[in-house]
Amino acid sequence: MAYDKFTVLQSTAVPLPTENVDTDQIIPARFLKATEREGFGDNLFRDWRYDVEGNPKKDFVLNDRTYSGKILVAGKNFGSGSSREHAVWALYDYGFRCVVSSFFADIFKNNCLNIGVLPVTISPEFADLLFTAIAADPNSAVEVNLPQQTITLLATGASESFDINEYKKDNMQHGFDDIDYLINMAAEIDGFEASR
Amino acid sequence: MEKNTLFDKIWDAHVIKSVPAGPDVFFIDKHFIHEVTSPVAFLNLELRGIGVKYPNRTIATPDHNVPTVDQDQTIKDKLSRMQVEKLRENCAKYGIELHDLGSAHHGIVHVIGPELGVTQPGMTIVCGDSHTSTHGAFGAIAFGIGTSEVEMVLATQCIMQSKAKKMRISVEGTLGKGVTSKDIILYIISKISAAGATGYFVEYAGSAIQSLSMEARMTICNMSIEMGARGGLIAPDETTFAYLKGKQYAPKGADWDKAVAHWKTLKTDDGAIFDKELVFEAADIEPMITYGTNPGMGIKVTGNIPSTQGMEGSNKTSYLKSLDYMGFVPGEAVKGKLVDYVFVGSCTNGRIEDIRAVAQFVKGHQKADNITAWIVPGSREVEKMAHEEGLVKILEDAGFELRQPGCSACLAMNDDKIPSGKYAVSTSNRNFEGRQGPGARTMLASPLTVAAVAITGRITDPREVF
Repeated sequence: MAYDKFTVLQSTAVPLPTENVDTDQIIPARFLKATEREGFGDNLFRDWRYDVEGNPKKDFVLNDRTYSGKILVAGKNFGSGSSREHAVWALYDYGFRCVVSSFFADIFKNNCLNIGVLPVTISPEFADLLFTAIAADPNSAVEVNLPQQTITLLATGASESFDINEYKKDNMQHGFDDIDYLINMAAEIDGFEASR
Repeated sequence: MEKNTLFDKIWDAHVIKSVPAGPDVFFIDKHFIHEVTSPVAFLNLELRGIGVKYPNRTIATPDHNVPTVDQDQTIKDKLSRMQVEKLRENCAKYGIELHDLGSAHHGIVHVIGPELGVTQPGMTIVCGDSHTSTHGAFGAIAFGIGTSEVEMVLATQCIMQSKAKKMRISVEGTLGKGVTSKDIILYIISKISAAGATGYFVEYAGSAIQSLSMEARMTICNMSIEMGARGGLIAPDETTFAYLKGKQYAPKGADWDKAVAHWKTLKTDDGAIFDKELVFEAADIEPMITYGTNPGMGIKVTGNIPSTQGMEGSNKTSYLKSLDYMGFVPGEAVKGKLVDYVFVGSCTNGRIEDIRAVAQFVKGHQKADNITAWIVPGSREVEKMAHEEGLVKILEDAGFELRQPGCSACLAMNDDKIPSGKYAVSTSNRNFEGRQGPGARTMLASPLTVAAVAITGRITDPREVF
């Protein structure tokens, strides 16, 4: 479905340097039993965020009021494992609009782009720089500029550019999705199908 | 003439259009759906006011959240019931073939597709499930997609994706005694890591791969995603054709001959270029087991958990967090450790060959007292064969509990959960934290190793038991 337009986002960021965070951690399978897209944010990182009695775990970053923001800065190989788009729905529903990592799993990255959460791939060095800056000052603001394809730590001006293909970039900026595109290709698809 | 890989040949034949500086518009031959990742896709179709473009190219089955007992009764869990009922409703509304609970071909979507002969060489196949890569064993391009893409396929029979890079992994030589295809794939993932093939589509080749049955090939392709690969495939050959011949949806008569003639062209040309090539020796592979919380954290059953030497920063922190979850320390051996549960099943190892292997090994033995042993066939067809071949009797005599088909304890969406803190040695595909239930500690292994563990109650090298 058409989603929020994404152009320039300035926000503080939440750091999660753990590596190989799989989508089972982002949203455990037992919370996938819904027939609609709403409400997944409550169970985002459920088993890292809450103990078995449902009490918040003090040592998990989402329970630390020091950190907040619409940008999640994540460790290497973020979003591996299951193809569940619910993982991105949960991040979105919680309030994240952008996920930054030095390495994303493929399906997760596609799922992000398909619902309008911007995945930004940065160098391991820039990831370290962000983690260090956020640890030193949790109020550090980060700017993600999609038209310019840059991510900047505003306090110091440290900046890096990131890749995104022109088609997806255009979709994100206008809030279009792939079905909007594919529907207009109905005749070509019918022709192709008939030849199979 | 241009030299192409098998992946190129199938991919290129399904591209309707390449968007400039963008993805390919990619046609999908077959689409599998299940109850968990499809409801929102159907809901969105309704909101857009559009229907399903080619209902005959989609096949449905409820597998992820279904109970594995009393499948003839109404599902007790309200939310599971709602999802399954929604799937029935959507299939009826749009005219989609449904293999419902209790029907002759109900089962895990990646088990029934091949059983029915729906999965064929040269096809493009997607499903809202990352283990769709299983179907690559037939020389198809098959991969998992998200729900937005499920919606795209229902609405247009296409998705928009960029072509992956190409990797070939060859395994040469003869496998040792007690070493299975599960050990091959766990070995490969342990060598290249859980992210070692991200961005690639993998072709598995080499004499050790060619010698495998279709079931064993499916186990390998199934776990391609566990090293980050978009998917994995194996060139079709006589083993493939023999498996498919006579299957319900396989071509018949003259169509069969024509299909086989085409399928024989589906192989990588000599001299075709891959972006990456890896070669492993079958003789180096031993029975494997995982000790951590991603499938790349695997060692031979007789091995020791790696030390933290050379690790630093978040790499070391993440590693120690993982071992802490498992209750293990760096450097120690896993062999001999007590286990609480064994699970035989899933789209990785829930096929008849897997159940035969376990039954053959436990015949005449008793499971250890400390073990709860679950065996969950991948489909009704597998269950039926297991009964007919007397395997169920052997397994029940050994103390295994046979359950009805479904994804079951692989992802514990139903009641088949491993309790917190308990160790399960499992034939499934993921050892993530909480995968088999909150707090559950999963160790992945082959059906043979699982059989050995069931008998001894401890982590065991299957070559020493049988």
